Amino acid sequence: MTDQSALRRTPLYDLHVAQGARMVPFAGWEMPVQYPLGVMGEHLHTRAKAGLFDVSHMGQVLVRGTPGGAPASEILETLVPADVIGLAEGRQRYGLFTSEDGGVLDDLMIANKGDHLFLVVNAGCADQDIAHLQTLDGVAVEVVSDRALLALQGPEAEAVLARLVPGAADMRFMDVAELDWDGATLWVSRSGYTGEDGFEISVPSDRAVELAEALLADEAVALIGLGARDSLRLEAGMPLYGHDMDLNTTPAAAGLGWSIPKARRTGGPRAGGFPGADKVLAEIAEGAKAIRRGLRPEGRAPIREGVPLFAAETGGESIGTVQSGGFGPTVGAPIASAILPADLADGTTIYAELRGKRVPVTIAPMPFVKPSYKR
Amino acid sequence: MLRYTENHEWLRPEGDELVVGITDHAAEQLGDVVFIDLPEVGREVAAGDEIVVIESVKAASEITAPLAGTITAVNDVLGTDPGSVNTDAMGAWFFRIKPAEAGAADGFMDEAGYQALIG
Repeated sequence: MTDQSALRRTPLYDLHVAQGARMVPFAGWEMPVQYPLGVMGEHLHTRAKAGLFDVSHMGQVLVRGTPGGAPASEILETLVPADVIGLAEGRQRYGLFTSEDGGVLDDLMIANKGDHLFLVVNAGCADQDIAHLQTLDGVAVEVVSDRALLALQGPEAEAVLARLVPGAADMRFMDVAELDWDGATLWVSRSGYTGEDGFEISVPSDRAVELAEALLADEAVALIGLGARDSLRLEAGMPLYGHDMDLNTTPAAAGLGWSIPKARRTGGPRAGGFPGADKVLAEIAEGAKAIRRGLRPEGRAPIREGVPLFAAETGGESIGTVQSGGFGPTVGAPIASAILPADLADGTTIYAELRGKRVPVTIAPMPFVKPSYKR
Repeated sequence: MLRYTENHEWLRPEGDELVVGITDHAAEQLGDVVFIDLPEVGREVAAGDEIVVIESVKAASEITAPLAGTITAVNDVLGTDPGSVNTDAMGAWFFRIKPAEAGAADGFMDEAGYQALIG
């Protein structure tokens, strides 16, 4: 999408511009990549206090079972290899859409809101995901087009949000709740994509600016753009769709086998039944030959997406390619991730070919920073 | 007199050499600089050769030799404090170059010309 006029804008667009954001095209939307504070400052602010992110570009979808039919959770399990049936009301869980070939179509959050499921999907995949959901029989799929989505992340997120919405403080990691804020119903989840404690807040579009301004009135809160969102999630070891996984990456290779519980694996009570199950489950049972690993380059030069990796300092064939890479402001050093042979131990030195030179890189455990969720 | 290139480098003549850095405008566009790969002292370069890589949090960018010559010194401070480019772009010089031809810097923009370029 290069035609600027075709880009969609979130309800917070004018606010971003007024706050000095640099706006860029992203997954069909015009989104803030950074504010005057800068990527480094925004990243460190989120880790120290609270960052406010506009994630309204992400897809919000409701899935309801039909009266007298099977529950929506049972039907969604035919597309998603997560334990959706076992998801308690008021709880949220991470899942994947898989392809018939065992690749990853998208990742998503699934919340059980009692009489329906609430899904949040990636912006770039939203249309495809919705079409995919609409192939399901026995559920009604409703795209939520009248709500914005904000994320408030960081150690002060709870205190900040609880001042406006006291019930937020009672929530634990991966809880979901509908909370009233000044007459508006917020759909709140205690989750996020930064490795920090925090919340994602679905708010009626016509109240979104007002809510953002109320949050920003707190001196602990700063607006954070896509640049810092990317470095925060990389430090937290979280994969990003289209970079760390895609149609050609299996769940096990992406390091996401954990999202497929025993109940859905070979020998479990509800084994398989999702697209590509044979391939996905066989690979999990046998162990993937290559999996997503963390990388710590020696020195200060970042290695970025697309940089080839080698086992030796000279010669040999590439053993993988950097999928996400950059500088980790909290780590204070470059960090990256790549899918690499599973038999390479943590601590092994490999080499990244950077501008014609091979530089040593250590295979490191992820996450690069310890998460601080309120479990 | 301080000169400027279209690639947002500043050139400050000192004796028969030029001290080269990047402008405030360039530093602001790059964002937070986290690593700078400098050329080797003694390297002979042609105009337009990519001789410095600047890595910001966001991306890598190259800067090119403004003219042909020999690199006579590099600013090692940038190895330990690359962020000084953001805090003091005019003070954070990258390298010194001895031009192959005397007077080669005269054709570059002056301050007024550069300000007009970046609007």
